[in-house]
Amino acid sequence: MLTVTPLHFLILAFVLFGIGFLGLLIRRNILLMLMSLELMLNGINVALVTFSRVGNNLDGGIFVFFIMTVAASEVAVGLALLVALYKKRKSVFTDDMALLKN
Amino acid sequence: MSTVDILFWIFATLSVGGGLSMVLSRHPVSAAMFMIISLVGVAALFVLLESFFLAVLQVLVYAGAVMVLFLFIIMLLDVGPGASKINFSNWKTGLIGFGASCLLIFLLSALLSPGEDTLSFGQSWTVINNSTAPAPVDALVFSTDISAFGYALMTKYMLPVQISGFLLLAAMIGVIILSKRSGTPSSNS
Repeated sequence: MLTVTPLHFLILAFVLFGIGFLGLLIRRNILLMLMSLELMLNGINVALVTFSRVGNNLDGGIFVFFIMTVAASEVAVGLALLVALYKKRKSVFTDDMALLKN
Repeated sequence: MSTVDILFWIFATLSVGGGLSMVLSRHPVSAAMFMIISLVGVAALFVLLESFFLAVLQVLVYAGAVMVLFLFIIMLLDVGPGASKINFSNWKTGLIGFGASCLLIFLLSALLSPGEDTLSFGQSWTVINNSTAPAPVDALVFSTDISAFGYALMTKYMLPVQISGFLLLAAMIGVIILSKRSGTPSSNS
């Protein structure tokens, strides 16, 4: 019978990253794009923890810790920017943000 | 099939399914709820990988703080379900990106197939035994207890800890200035 190997965890990490990338490309709502970015970071975290567990080395776990810190501050700044943008443009969609296009 | 296998498949399905429904859902609030499901599934996978501290941190930071912030902003801006359309012109780009990542998965599984003797990814789990593990001299050995994290953060990663603290301070000041300036746009000019 099939048992779970580290490869399963790595494939899951890649799938999570791919789903986040897909969401980043096909959604137009900036809130959902930020959430897809979080999903991509989660895929990276799964891969790092797997490597840390398999390689018997704590450095990967520590890096997950720092990635969580950076992700939290990124979300805080991104959402503040989004609220500021919403007050100016009254929209959260990327179609309405084409200020520099023409 | 052992218990770990069953748990892995349950939580892998939960995280991937939650992520997919987040990407494809109409209403932003339900997208945030699916995202919480996905994050909790990833936390359970961290438990399966025996890093319990990171699992607790995942639930506290992501599912607790970050998603509450997301939900707060969604409800503050009152983003309705009808307006959240999927950009169909970008479907091709998205599918190309997803296909590229699938190709990467196949490449990875071809490279790391069983028989590779460097890291033996195709093999099953080995039991953690810190006493006999032939780790390099000054490497940090994987451990399940939190004190190993604290020791690593305070010795080898002292500078990154201080830098991330500074990053959090900068983010806090930036958010305050952003919300202050956008709050009074007309009174200044």
